[in-house]
Amino acid sequence: MKKIYIIWLREIKKYMRSKSRIIGGLGMPLLFLLVLGFGFNSLHVMKNGNYLLFIFPGIIAMTILMSSMFSGISVIWDKQFGFMKEMLVAPVSRTKIMIGKTLGGATTSIIQGFLIFLIALLIGIRVINFTGFLIAAAFMALIGISYTAMGVAFASRMEDMQAFPLIMNFVTMPMFFLSGAIFPLQGIPPLLKFLAYIDPLTYGVDALRYGLVGISEIPLWIDFMVLSAFCAAMIVIGAYLFNRTNA
Amino acid sequence: MDIIKISDLSKKFNGLAAVDNANFTVKEGEVLAFLGPNGAGKTTTISMLATILEPTSGTAEINGFDIIKNKSDVRKSIGVIFQDPSLDDELTACENLIFHGVMYDIKKELMEDRISELLKLVDLLERKDDLVKTFSGGMKRRLEIARGLMHHPKVLFLDEPTVGLDPQTRNHILEYIKKLNEIEHITIILTTHYMEEADKLCDRIAIIDHGKIIALDTSDSLKSLMGGDVVSLQCSEPQKLSNILKKEKWINKLKLNNNILDISVAKVEEKLVKLLEIAGKANVKINSLSLRSPTLEDVFLHLTGKSIREEEASGKDSMRLARRMWRR
Repeated sequence: MKKIYIIWLREIKKYMRSKSRIIGGLGMPLLFLLVLGFGFNSLHVMKNGNYLLFIFPGIIAMTILMSSMFSGISVIWDKQFGFMKEMLVAPVSRTKIMIGKTLGGATTSIIQGFLIFLIALLIGIRVINFTGFLIAAAFMALIGISYTAMGVAFASRMEDMQAFPLIMNFVTMPMFFLSGAIFPLQGIPPLLKFLAYIDPLTYGVDALRYGLVGISEIPLWIDFMVLSAFCAAMIVIGAYLFNRTNA
Repeated sequence: MDIIKISDLSKKFNGLAAVDNANFTVKEGEVLAFLGPNGAGKTTTISMLATILEPTSGTAEINGFDIIKNKSDVRKSIGVIFQDPSLDDELTACENLIFHGVMYDIKKELMEDRISELLKLVDLLERKDDLVKTFSGGMKRRLEIARGLMHHPKVLFLDEPTVGLDPQTRNHILEYIKKLNEIEHITIILTTHYMEEADKLCDRIAIIDHGKIIALDTSDSLKSLMGGDVVSLQCSEPQKLSNILKKEKWINKLKLNNNILDISVAKVEEKLVKLLEIAGKANVKINSLSLRSPTLEDVFLHLTGKSIREEEASGKDSMRLARRMWRR
Protein backbone atom coordinates (compact mmCIF):
# COMPACT_ATOMS: atom_id res chain seq x y z
CA MET A 1 0.00 0.00 0.00
CA LYS A 2 2.78 2.38 0.97
CA LYS A 3 4.43 1.77 -2.39
CA ILE A 4 1.25 2.56 -4.32
CA TYR A 5 0.89 5.67 -2.18
CA ILE A 6 4.40 6.98 -2.94
CA ILE A 7 3.90 6.43 -6.68
CA TRP A 8 0.60 8.27 -6.42
CA LEU A 9 2.22 11.06 -4.41
CA ARG A 10 4.90 11.53 -7.05
CA GLU A 11 2.27 12.09 -9.74
CA ILE A 12 0.41 14.59 -7.55
CA LYS A 13 3.57 16.51 -6.68
CA LYS A 14 4.58 16.77 -10.30
CA TYR A 15 1.11 17.96 -11.23
CA MET A 16 1.02 20.58 -8.48
CA ARG A 17 4.39 21.93 -9.57
CA SER A 18 3.35 22.33 -13.18
CA LYS A 19 1.19 25.42 -13.42
CA SER A 20 1.10 25.16 -17.18
CA ARG A 21 -0.40 21.68 -16.96
CA ILE A 22 -3.11 22.86 -14.59
CA ILE A 23 -4.04 25.91 -16.62
CA GLY A 24 -3.43 24.39 -20.05
CA GLY A 25 -5.71 21.49 -19.28
CA LEU A 26 -8.55 23.87 -18.57
CA GLY A 27 -8.27 25.84 -21.80
CA MET A 28 -10.11 23.59 -24.21
CA PRO A 29 -12.99 22.65 -21.88
CA LEU A 30 -13.51 26.30 -20.97
CA LEU A 31 -13.61 27.25 -24.62
CA PHE A 32 -16.23 24.59 -25.24
CA LEU A 33 -18.23 25.57 -22.18
CA LEU A 34 -18.25 29.28 -22.91
CA VAL A 35 -18.46 29.33 -26.70
CA LEU A 36 -20.87 26.43 -27.15
CA GLY A 37 -22.73 27.17 -23.95
CA PHE A 38 -23.39 30.84 -24.49
CA GLY A 39 -23.39 30.54 -28.26
CA PHE A 40 -26.12 27.92 -28.57
CA ASN A 41 -27.92 29.20 -25.53
CA SER A 42 -29.00 32.24 -27.49
CA LEU A 43 -30.41 30.01 -30.21
CA HIS A 44 -32.80 28.40 -27.74
CA VAL A 45 -31.96 24.96 -29.11
CA MET A 46 -33.34 23.24 -26.02
CA LYS A 47 -37.08 22.95 -25.83
CA ASN A 48 -37.14 23.25 -22.10
CA GLY A 49 -34.41 25.19 -20.45
CA ASN A 50 -30.94 26.24 -20.71
CA TYR A 51 -28.26 24.84 -23.06
CA LEU A 52 -25.42 26.10 -20.90
CA LEU A 53 -26.84 24.06 -18.05
CA PHE A 54 -27.24 21.06 -20.36
CA ILE A 55 -23.66 20.91 -21.59
CA PHE A 56 -21.92 21.80 -18.34
CA PRO A 57 -21.85 18.21 -16.97
CA GLY A 58 -20.67 17.07 -20.41
CA ILE A 59 -17.80 19.56 -20.27
CA ILE A 60 -16.76 18.28 -16.86
CA ALA A 61 -16.73 14.75 -18.31
CA MET A 62 -14.68 16.05 -21.24
CA THR A 63 -12.15 17.68 -18.94
CA ILE A 64 -11.67 14.46 -17.02
CA LEU A 65 -11.60 12.34 -20.18
CA MET A 66 -8.89 14.43 -21.79
CA SER A 67 -6.64 14.94 -18.84
CA SER A 68 -7.01 11.26 -17.86
CA MET A 69 -6.05 9.96 -21.26
CA PHE A 70 -3.17 12.38 -21.56
CA SER A 71 -1.85 11.56 -18.13
CA GLY A 72 -0.94 8.20 -19.65
CA ILE A 73 1.89 10.06 -21.34
CA SER A 74 3.69 10.04 -17.99
CA VAL A 75 4.39 6.35 -18.66
CA ILE A 76 6.17 7.22 -21.92
CA TRP A 77 7.81 10.13 -20.19
CA ASP A 78 9.17 7.85 -17.47
CA LYS A 79 10.45 5.44 -20.12
CA GLN A 80 12.16 8.23 -22.04
CA PHE A 81 13.75 9.83 -19.03
CA GLY A 82 14.78 6.62 -17.37
CA PHE A 83 12.74 6.83 -14.19
CA MET A 84 10.84 3.75 -15.29
CA LYS A 85 13.99 1.70 -14.77
CA GLU A 86 14.23 2.92 -11.21
CA MET A 87 10.73 1.62 -10.60
CA LEU A 88 11.08 -1.63 -12.52
CA VAL A 89 14.24 -2.65 -10.71
CA ALA A 90 12.68 -2.00 -7.30
CA PRO A 91 11.16 -4.85 -5.30
CA VAL A 92 7.59 -3.93 -6.26
CA SER A 93 5.21 -5.60 -8.67
CA ARG A 94 4.44 -3.91 -11.95
CA THR A 95 0.75 -4.12 -11.20
CA LYS A 96 1.30 -1.94 -8.14
CA ILE A 97 3.25 0.56 -10.21
CA MET A 98 0.43 0.65 -12.75
CA ILE A 99 -2.22 1.12 -10.06
CA GLY A 100 -0.23 3.89 -8.39
CA LYS A 101 0.27 5.72 -11.66
CA THR A 102 -3.37 5.27 -12.65
CA LEU A 103 -4.68 6.57 -9.33
CA GLY A 104 -2.25 9.49 -9.55
CA GLY A 105 -3.34 10.43 -13.06
CA ALA A 106 -7.00 9.94 -12.15
CA THR A 107 -6.65 12.18 -9.10
CA THR A 108 -5.13 15.01 -11.11
CA SER A 109 -7.82 14.74 -13.78
CA ILE A 110 -10.58 14.75 -11.16
CA ILE A 111 -9.03 17.90 -9.71
CA GLN A 112 -9.18 19.40 -13.19
CA GLY A 113 -12.85 18.41 -13.36
CA PHE A 114 -13.53 20.13 -10.06
CA LEU A 115 -11.77 23.28 -11.27
CA ILE A 116 -14.15 23.42 -14.23
CA PHE A 117 -16.99 22.83 -11.80
CA LEU A 118 -15.84 25.81 -9.71
CA ILE A 119 -15.58 28.02 -12.77
CA ALA A 120 -19.09 26.98 -13.75
CA LEU A 121 -20.29 28.02 -10.30
CA LEU A 122 -18.59 31.37 -10.81
CA ILE A 123 -20.41 32.04 -14.06
CA GLY A 124 -23.69 31.42 -12.31
CA ILE A 125 -24.48 27.74 -12.86
CA ARG A 126 -26.17 26.15 -9.86
CA VAL A 127 -26.43 22.43 -9.08
CA ILE A 128 -29.63 20.85 -7.81
CA ASN A 129 -28.61 19.47 -4.40
CA PHE A 130 -25.79 18.05 -2.35
CA THR A 131 -26.72 14.38 -2.85
CA GLY A 132 -26.62 14.97 -6.56
CA PHE A 133 -23.21 16.51 -6.20
CA LEU A 134 -21.95 13.42 -4.33
CA ILE A 135 -23.31 11.14 -7.05
CA ALA A 136 -21.56 13.28 -9.65
CA ALA A 137 -18.31 13.18 -7.67
CA ALA A 138 -18.42 9.39 -7.54
CA PHE A 139 -18.92 9.18 -11.29
CA MET A 140 -16.14 11.69 -11.88
CA ALA A 141 -13.85 9.32 -10.04
CA LEU A 142 -15.06 6.35 -12.11
CA ILE A 143 -14.52 8.24 -15.37
CA GLY A 144 -11.11 9.43 -14.21
CA ILE A 145 -9.84 5.98 -13.23
CA SER A 146 -11.25 4.27 -16.34
CA TYR A 147 -9.68 6.62 -18.84
CA THR A 148 -6.38 6.99 -17.03
CA ALA A 149 -6.09 3.21 -17.09
CA MET A 150 -6.88 3.35 -20.81
CA GLY A 151 -4.21 6.01 -21.32
CA VAL A 152 -1.69 3.90 -19.42
CA ALA A 153 -2.64 0.90 -21.56
CA PHE A 154 -1.97 2.88 -24.75
CA ALA A 155 1.24 4.36 -23.37
CA SER A 156 2.53 0.93 -22.37
CA ARG A 157 2.47 -0.07 -26.00
CA MET A 158 4.11 3.09 -27.28
CA GLU A 159 7.56 4.60 -27.21
CA ASP A 160 6.91 7.71 -29.21
CA MET A 161 6.19 10.83 -27.25
CA GLN A 162 5.11 12.78 -30.32
CA ALA A 163 2.66 10.18 -31.56
CA PHE A 164 0.90 9.73 -28.26
CA PRO A 165 -1.10 12.99 -28.26
CA LEU A 166 -2.13 12.41 -31.89
CA ILE A 167 -3.46 8.96 -31.13
CA MET A 168 -5.13 10.19 -27.98
CA ASN A 169 -6.93 12.93 -29.92
CA PHE A 170 -8.00 10.32 -32.41
CA VAL A 171 -9.57 8.32 -29.60
CA THR A 172 -10.90 11.02 -27.29
CA MET A 173 -12.59 13.24 -29.86
CA PRO A 174 -15.07 10.64 -31.18
CA MET A 175 -15.70 9.45 -27.64
CA PHE A 176 -16.50 12.96 -26.55
CA PHE A 177 -18.69 13.92 -29.51
CA LEU A 178 -20.66 10.66 -29.42
CA SER A 179 -21.25 10.74 -25.69
CA GLY A 180 -24.24 13.03 -25.69
CA ALA A 181 -22.17 15.65 -23.92
CA ILE A 182 -23.21 18.39 -26.33
CA PHE A 183 -26.56 17.13 -27.64
CA PRO A 184 -29.42 15.04 -26.25
CA LEU A 185 -29.61 11.45 -27.40
CA GLN A 186 -33.36 11.40 -28.11
CA GLY A 187 -34.23 12.08 -31.66
CA ILE A 188 -30.77 11.45 -33.21
CA PRO A 189 -30.42 9.02 -36.16
CA PRO A 190 -30.33 5.30 -35.17
CA LEU A 191 -26.72 4.75 -36.26
CA LEU A 192 -25.53 7.68 -34.18
CA LYS A 193 -27.63 6.47 -31.30
CA PHE A 194 -26.09 3.01 -31.56
CA LEU A 195 -22.59 4.48 -31.53
CA ALA A 196 -23.51 6.64 -28.57
CA TYR A 197 -24.71 3.64 -26.62
CA ILE A 198 -21.49 1.70 -27.13
CA ASP A 199 -19.46 4.72 -26.01
CA PRO A 200 -18.80 4.22 -22.28
CA LEU A 201 -18.50 7.95 -21.76
CA THR A 202 -22.21 8.32 -22.62
CA TYR A 203 -23.08 6.65 -19.32
CA GLY A 204 -20.69 8.86 -17.41
CA VAL A 205 -22.10 12.03 -18.96
CA ASP A 206 -25.63 10.86 -18.28
CA ALA A 207 -24.87 10.18 -14.62
CA LEU A 208 -23.12 13.52 -14.18
CA ARG A 209 -26.06 15.29 -15.73
CA TYR A 210 -28.42 13.40 -13.45
CA GLY A 211 -26.45 14.41 -10.38
CA LEU A 212 -25.71 18.01 -11.28
CA VAL A 213 -28.69 19.17 -13.32
CA GLY A 214 -31.34 16.52 -12.73
CA ILE A 215 -31.77 15.51 -16.39
CA SER A 216 -31.18 11.91 -17.40
CA GLU A 217 -31.93 9.57 -20.28
CA ILE A 218 -30.58 6.32 -18.84
CA PRO A 219 -31.38 4.84 -15.41
CA LEU A 220 -28.63 5.63 -12.92
CA TRP A 221 -28.02 1.99 -11.99
CA ILE A 222 -27.31 1.14 -15.64
CA ASP A 223 -24.87 4.06 -15.81
CA PHE A 224 -23.18 2.70 -12.75
CA MET A 225 -23.03 -0.93 -13.94
CA VAL A 226 -21.70 -0.08 -17.38
CA LEU A 227 -19.09 2.36 -16.15
CA SER A 228 -17.90 0.08 -13.33
CA ALA A 229 -17.52 -2.83 -15.73
CA PHE A 230 -15.65 -0.59 -18.17
CA CYS A 231 -13.43 0.69 -15.37
CA ALA A 232 -12.58 -2.83 -14.20
CA ALA A 233 -11.85 -3.94 -17.75
CA MET A 234 -9.56 -0.97 -18.36
CA ILE A 235 -7.61 -1.61 -15.16
CA VAL A 236 -7.13 -5.27 -16.08
CA ILE A 237 -6.08 -4.46 -19.65
CA GLY A 238 -3.87 -1.59 -18.49
CA ALA A 239 -2.15 -3.76 -15.90
CA TYR A 240 -1.68 -6.56 -18.42
CA LEU A 241 -0.07 -4.28 -21.01
CA PHE A 242 1.98 -2.43 -18.43
CA ASN A 243 3.35 -5.75 -17.20
CA ARG A 244 4.69 -6.37 -20.67
CA THR A 245 6.20 -2.97 -21.30
CA ASN A 246 9.93 -2.51 -21.66
CA ALA A 247 11.89 0.06 -19.76
CA MET B 1 32.51 -16.06 -0.13
CA ASP B 2 31.15 -15.81 -3.64
CA ILE B 3 28.44 -13.18 -3.69
CA ILE B 4 27.71 -13.60 -7.40
CA LYS B 5 27.71 -16.92 -9.21
CA ILE B 6 26.97 -16.82 -12.90
CA SER B 7 26.36 -20.08 -14.69
CA ASP B 8 25.92 -20.42 -18.46
CA LEU B 9 24.13 -17.08 -18.64
CA SER B 10 23.04 -16.27 -22.19
CA LYS B 11 20.81 -13.73 -23.85
CA LYS B 12 19.83 -13.88 -27.48
CA PHE B 13 18.08 -11.14 -29.43
CA ASN B 14 16.54 -12.49 -32.62
CA GLY B 15 18.91 -15.42 -32.56
CA LEU B 16 21.94 -13.19 -32.10
CA ALA B 17 23.83 -13.77 -28.88
CA ALA B 18 24.26 -10.54 -26.95
CA VAL B 19 25.67 -12.49 -24.04
CA ASP B 20 27.11 -15.88 -24.81
CA ASN B 21 27.45 -18.45 -22.04
CA ALA B 22 28.92 -16.31 -19.32
CA ASN B 23 30.43 -18.22 -16.41
CA PHE B 24 32.18 -16.61 -13.50
CA THR B 25 32.01 -15.80 -9.82
CA VAL B 26 32.62 -12.62 -7.86
CA LYS B 27 33.85 -12.53 -4.27
CA GLU B 28 32.30 -10.36 -1.62
CA GLY B 29 33.96 -6.95 -1.42
CA GLU B 30 35.53 -7.24 -4.83
CA VAL B 31 35.51 -4.51 -7.46
CA LEU B 32 35.08 -5.98 -10.92
CA ALA B 33 34.98 -4.18 -14.24
CA PHE B 34 33.38 -5.30 -17.47
CA LEU B 35 35.58 -3.81 -20.11
CA GLY B 36 34.53 -3.82 -23.72
CA PRO B 37 33.37 -1.69 -26.62
CA ASN B 38 29.79 -0.50 -26.97
CA GLY B 39 27.49 -3.33 -27.89
CA ALA B 40 29.75 -5.96 -26.38
CA GLY B 41 27.02 -7.14 -24.03
CA LYS B 42 28.00 -5.33 -20.86
CA THR B 43 24.68 -3.63 -20.27
CA THR B 44 22.77 -6.76 -21.25
CA THR B 45 24.66 -8.74 -18.62
CA ILE B 46 23.95 -6.12 -15.97
CA SER B 47 20.28 -5.93 -16.94
CA MET B 48 19.94 -9.67 -16.51
CA LEU B 49 21.71 -9.62 -13.16
CA ALA B 50 19.47 -6.74 -12.09
CA THR B 51 16.41 -8.88 -13.00
CA ILE B 52 14.96 -6.45 -15.52
CA LEU B 53 15.84 -8.66 -18.48
CA GLU B 54 14.99 -12.34 -18.68
CA PRO B 55 17.94 -14.55 -19.69
CA THR B 56 17.43 -16.81 -22.70
CA SER B 57 19.20 -19.61 -20.88
CA GLY B 58 21.35 -20.17 -17.83
CA THR B 59 21.02 -18.29 -14.57
CA ALA B 60 22.90 -16.52 -11.82
CA GLU B 61 22.84 -16.26 -8.07
CA ILE B 62 23.31 -13.02 -6.19
CA ASN B 63 23.65 -13.05 -2.42
CA GLY B 64 22.34 -16.62 -2.54
CA PHE B 65 19.18 -15.72 -4.48
CA ASP B 66 18.37 -16.89 -7.98
CA ILE B 67 17.84 -14.04 -10.45
CA ILE B 68 14.95 -15.83 -12.15
CA LYS B 69 13.10 -17.50 -9.29
CA ASN B 70 13.83 -15.01 -6.55
CA LYS B 71 13.62 -11.62 -8.23
CA SER B 72 12.34 -9.69 -5.24
CA ASP B 73 15.13 -10.85 -2.92
CA VAL B 74 17.74 -10.20 -5.59
CA ARG B 75 16.38 -6.68 -6.05
CA LYS B 76 16.66 -6.00 -2.35
CA SER B 77 20.28 -7.18 -2.40
CA ILE B 78 21.43 -4.95 -5.23
CA GLY B 79 21.69 -1.30 -6.10
CA VAL B 80 21.76 -0.30 -9.75
CA ILE B 81 23.08 2.86 -11.33
CA PHE B 82 22.02 2.82 -14.95
CA GLN B 83 23.90 4.08 -17.94
CA ASP B 84 21.27 6.70 -18.66
CA PRO B 85 20.00 9.03 -15.97
CA SER B 86 17.05 7.63 -14.04
CA LEU B 87 16.21 10.41 -11.62
CA ASP B 88 13.00 12.38 -11.59
CA ASP B 89 14.06 15.91 -12.52
CA GLU B 90 10.90 17.46 -11.19
CA LEU B 91 11.38 16.12 -7.70
CA THR B 92 13.95 17.32 -5.17
CA ALA B 93 17.02 15.27 -4.30
CA CYS B 94 15.42 14.31 -1.01
CA GLU B 95 12.14 13.31 -2.65
CA ASN B 96 13.96 11.06 -5.09
CA LEU B 97 15.63 9.33 -2.18
CA ILE B 98 12.42 9.01 -0.18
CA PHE B 99 10.71 7.45 -3.19
CA HIS B 100 13.50 4.92 -3.39
CA GLY B 101 13.42 4.30 0.34
CA VAL B 102 9.71 3.52 0.36
CA MET B 103 10.09 1.24 -2.65
CA TYR B 104 12.75 -0.74 -0.79
CA ASP B 105 10.84 -0.91 2.51
CA ILE B 106 13.19 1.29 4.49
CA LYS B 107 11.66 2.06 7.89
CA LYS B 108 10.37 5.58 8.25
CA GLU B 109 12.38 6.33 11.39
CA LEU B 110 15.64 5.29 9.70
CA MET B 111 14.95 7.12 6.45
CA GLU B 112 15.98 10.64 7.43
CA ASP B 113 19.32 9.61 8.95
CA ARG B 114 20.18 7.44 5.98
CA ILE B 115 19.38 10.24 3.55
CA SER B 116 21.57 12.74 5.42
CA GLU B 117 24.36 10.21 5.73
CA LEU B 118 24.39 9.43 2.01
CA LEU B 119 23.99 13.00 0.84
CA LYS B 120 26.94 13.89 3.02
CA LEU B 121 28.94 11.07 1.45
CA VAL B 122 28.35 12.46 -2.04
CA ASP B 123 28.61 16.12 -0.95
CA LEU B 124 25.05 17.04 -1.78
CA LEU B 125 23.62 17.65 1.67
CA GLU B 126 23.16 21.37 1.18
CA ARG B 127 21.27 20.72 -2.08
CA LYS B 128 18.88 18.32 -0.38
CA ASP B 129 15.71 20.26 -1.12
CA ASP B 130 16.60 21.53 -4.59
CA LEU B 131 14.88 20.20 -7.67
CA VAL B 132 17.08 17.71 -9.50
CA LYS B 133 16.68 19.63 -12.76
CA THR B 134 18.90 22.35 -11.32
CA PHE B 135 21.75 19.84 -10.85
CA SER B 136 24.79 19.41 -13.10
CA GLY B 137 25.52 16.08 -14.76
CA GLY B 138 28.08 15.13 -12.14
CA MET B 139 25.76 16.00 -9.28
CA LYS B 140 23.02 13.89 -10.79
CA ARG B 141 25.39 10.95 -11.03
CA ARG B 142 26.40 11.37 -7.42
CA LEU B 143 22.78 11.54 -6.36
CA GLU B 144 22.11 8.34 -8.29
CA ILE B 145 24.97 6.65 -6.50
CA ALA B 146 23.58 7.80 -3.15
CA ARG B 147 20.18 6.52 -4.14
CA GLY B 148 21.55 3.17 -5.19
CA LEU B 149 22.99 2.78 -1.69
CA MET B 150 19.88 3.75 0.28
CA HIS B 151 18.83 0.20 1.05
CA HIS B 152 22.30 -1.12 2.00
CA PRO B 153 22.76 -3.30 -1.05
CA LYS B 154 25.32 -6.09 -1.00
CA VAL B 155 26.21 -5.52 -4.63
CA LEU B 156 26.28 -2.26 -6.51
CA PHE B 157 26.05 -2.27 -10.30
CA LEU B 158 27.32 0.78 -12.10
CA ASP B 159 26.71 0.85 -15.82
CA GLU B 160 29.13 3.29 -17.46
CA PRO B 161 29.11 5.59 -14.43
CA THR B 162 31.27 8.25 -16.04
CA VAL B 163 30.07 8.46 -19.64
CA GLY B 164 29.39 12.01 -20.70
CA LEU B 165 31.11 13.62 -17.72
CA ASP B 166 34.11 15.92 -17.90
CA PRO B 167 37.45 14.49 -16.72
CA GLN B 168 37.42 16.28 -13.39
CA THR B 169 33.94 15.08 -12.52
CA ARG B 170 34.91 11.61 -13.68
CA ASN B 171 37.75 11.52 -11.20
CA HIS B 172 35.44 12.65 -8.44
CA ILE B 173 32.95 9.91 -9.23
CA LEU B 174 35.72 7.33 -9.26
CA GLU B 175 36.90 8.52 -5.88
CA TYR B 176 33.40 8.17 -4.49
CA ILE B 177 33.17 4.66 -5.81
CA LYS B 178 36.48 3.75 -4.28
CA LYS B 179 35.48 5.28 -0.97
CA LEU B 180 32.27 3.26 -1.02
CA ASN B 181 34.04 0.03 -1.53
CA GLU B 182 36.29 0.84 1.40
CA ILE B 183 33.73 2.26 3.82
CA GLU B 184 30.68 0.13 3.17
CA HIS B 185 32.56 -2.92 1.92
CA ILE B 186 30.20 -3.29 -1.00
CA THR B 187 30.89 -5.56 -3.93
CA ILE B 188 31.00 -3.36 -7.01
CA ILE B 189 30.47 -4.38 -10.60
CA LEU B 190 31.00 -1.64 -13.11
CA THR B 191 31.00 -1.53 -16.87
CA THR B 192 33.19 0.84 -18.77
CA HIS B 193 35.00 1.35 -21.99
CA TYR B 194 37.59 3.58 -20.39
CA MET B 195 40.74 1.58 -19.78
CA GLU B 196 42.17 3.87 -17.11
CA GLU B 197 39.00 3.61 -15.12
CA ALA B 198 39.12 -0.16 -14.99
CA ASP B 199 42.83 -0.11 -14.29
CA LYS B 200 42.68 2.38 -11.45
CA LEU B 201 39.64 1.08 -9.68
CA CYS B 202 39.22 -2.62 -10.05
CA ASP B 203 40.53 -5.77 -8.44
CA ARG B 204 39.72 -7.83 -11.51
CA ILE B 205 38.76 -7.04 -15.06
CA ALA B 206 36.56 -9.01 -17.41
CA ILE B 207 37.20 -8.26 -21.05
CA ILE B 208 34.06 -8.70 -23.11
CA ASP B 209 33.73 -8.70 -26.84
CA HIS B 210 30.80 -9.85 -28.97
CA GLY B 211 28.99 -11.18 -25.93
CA LYS B 212 31.83 -13.42 -24.83
CA ILE B 213 34.04 -12.99 -21.80
CA ILE B 214 37.44 -13.51 -23.35
CA ALA B 215 39.54 -12.85 -20.27
CA LEU B 216 38.94 -12.36 -16.57
CA ASP B 217 41.84 -11.56 -14.29
CA THR B 218 43.68 -8.87 -12.38
CA SER B 219 45.04 -5.98 -14.36
CA ASP B 220 48.64 -7.13 -13.78
CA SER B 221 48.00 -10.69 -14.91
CA LEU B 222 46.24 -9.44 -18.00
CA LYS B 223 49.17 -7.21 -18.82
CA SER B 224 51.61 -10.05 -18.31
CA LEU B 225 49.83 -11.76 -21.21
CA MET B 226 51.62 -9.24 -23.36
CA GLY B 227 55.02 -10.74 -22.55
CA GLY B 228 56.74 -7.76 -21.03
CA ASP B 229 57.30 -4.18 -22.08
CA VAL B 230 56.66 -2.82 -25.52
CA VAL B 231 59.26 -1.17 -27.70
CA SER B 232 57.81 0.83 -30.54
CA LEU B 233 60.10 1.50 -33.47
CA GLN B 234 59.73 3.77 -36.44
CA CYS B 235 62.32 2.84 -39.02
CA SER B 236 63.22 3.00 -42.69
CA GLU B 237 62.39 -0.60 -43.56
CA PRO B 238 59.99 -1.95 -40.94
CA GLN B 239 59.01 -5.00 -42.98
CA LYS B 240 62.59 -6.10 -43.43
CA LEU B 241 63.41 -5.60 -39.76
CA SER B 242 60.29 -7.44 -38.76
CA ASN B 243 61.31 -10.44 -40.86
CA ILE B 244 64.73 -10.55 -39.26
CA LEU B 245 63.41 -10.17 -35.74
CA LYS B 246 60.95 -12.99 -36.26
CA LYS B 247 63.79 -15.45 -35.88
CA GLU B 248 64.81 -14.14 -32.46
CA LYS B 249 63.49 -16.37 -29.67
CA TRP B 250 63.63 -13.73 -26.93
CA ILE B 251 61.04 -11.59 -28.64
CA ASN B 252 57.63 -12.46 -27.28
CA LYS B 253 55.51 -10.57 -29.68
CA LEU B 254 55.97 -8.67 -32.86
CA LYS B 255 53.40 -6.50 -34.51
CA LEU B 256 53.59 -4.20 -37.51
CA ASN B 257 50.91 -1.59 -37.45
CA ASN B 258 50.92 1.56 -39.63
CA ASN B 259 54.66 1.26 -40.20
CA ILE B 260 55.25 1.19 -36.48
CA LEU B 261 56.86 -1.94 -35.20
CA ASP B 262 55.70 -3.00 -31.73
CA ILE B 263 58.07 -5.44 -30.07
CA SER B 264 57.21 -7.05 -26.75
CA VAL B 265 60.16 -8.21 -24.70
CA ALA B 266 60.82 -9.16 -21.10
CA LYS B 267 63.77 -7.40 -19.40
CA VAL B 268 63.75 -4.63 -21.93
CA GLU B 269 66.70 -2.81 -20.39
CA GLU B 270 69.02 -5.67 -21.40
CA LYS B 271 67.47 -6.42 -24.74
CA LEU B 272 67.28 -2.89 -26.12
CA VAL B 273 70.95 -2.79 -27.04
CA LYS B 274 70.73 -6.15 -28.76
CA LEU B 275 67.77 -4.89 -30.72
CA LEU B 276 69.65 -1.84 -31.94
CA GLU B 277 72.63 -4.00 -32.93
CA ILE B 278 70.45 -6.19 -35.08
CA ALA B 279 68.92 -3.18 -36.75
CA GLY B 280 72.38 -1.71 -37.37
CA LYS B 281 73.66 -4.93 -38.91
CA ALA B 282 70.69 -5.07 -41.24
CA ASN B 283 71.26 -1.46 -42.27
CA VAL B 284 67.85 -0.40 -41.10
CA LYS B 285 67.76 3.21 -39.99
CA ILE B 286 65.80 3.84 -36.84
CA ASN B 287 63.96 7.15 -36.83
CA SER B 288 62.38 7.01 -33.44
CA LEU B 289 62.02 4.66 -30.57
CA SER B 290 59.70 4.61 -27.61
CA LEU B 291 59.34 2.35 -24.69
CA ARG B 292 56.32 1.67 -22.51
CA SER B 293 54.72 -0.80 -20.17
CA PRO B 294 51.78 -2.61 -21.68
CA THR B 295 48.36 -1.03 -21.04
CA LEU B 296 44.98 -2.65 -20.96
CA GLU B 297 44.53 -1.13 -24.37
CA ASP B 298 47.35 -3.38 -25.62
CA VAL B 299 45.77 -6.36 -23.91
CA PHE B 300 42.46 -5.59 -25.54
CA LEU B 301 44.08 -5.19 -28.92
CA HIS B 302 45.95 -8.41 -28.42
CA LEU B 303 42.90 -10.41 -27.38
CA THR B 304 40.33 -9.05 -29.80
CA GLY B 305 42.48 -7.90 -32.68
CA LYS B 306 41.03 -4.43 -32.56
CA SER B 307 41.35 -1.28 -30.57
CA ILE B 308 38.60 -0.39 -28.14
CA ARG B 309 38.91 3.24 -29.24
CA GLU B 310 37.80 2.45 -32.75
CA GLU B 311 34.40 1.68 -31.35
CA GLU B 312 34.18 4.66 -29.09
CA ALA B 313 31.95 7.60 -29.82
CA SER B 314 29.67 5.53 -31.97
CA GLY B 315 26.35 6.91 -33.06
CA LYS B 316 24.61 5.61 -29.98
CA ASP B 317 27.09 7.30 -27.73
CA SER B 318 26.79 10.69 -29.31
CA MET B 319 23.00 10.39 -29.23
CA ARG B 320 23.22 9.69 -25.56
CA LEU B 321 25.49 12.65 -25.03
CA ALA B 322 23.18 14.88 -26.98
CA ARG B 323 20.28 13.73 -24.87
CA ARG B 324 22.14 14.44 -21.69
CA MET B 325 23.07 17.89 -22.87
CA TRP B 326 19.47 18.52 -23.70
CA ARG B 327 18.31 17.41 -20.31
CA ARG B 328 20.54 19.78 -18.46
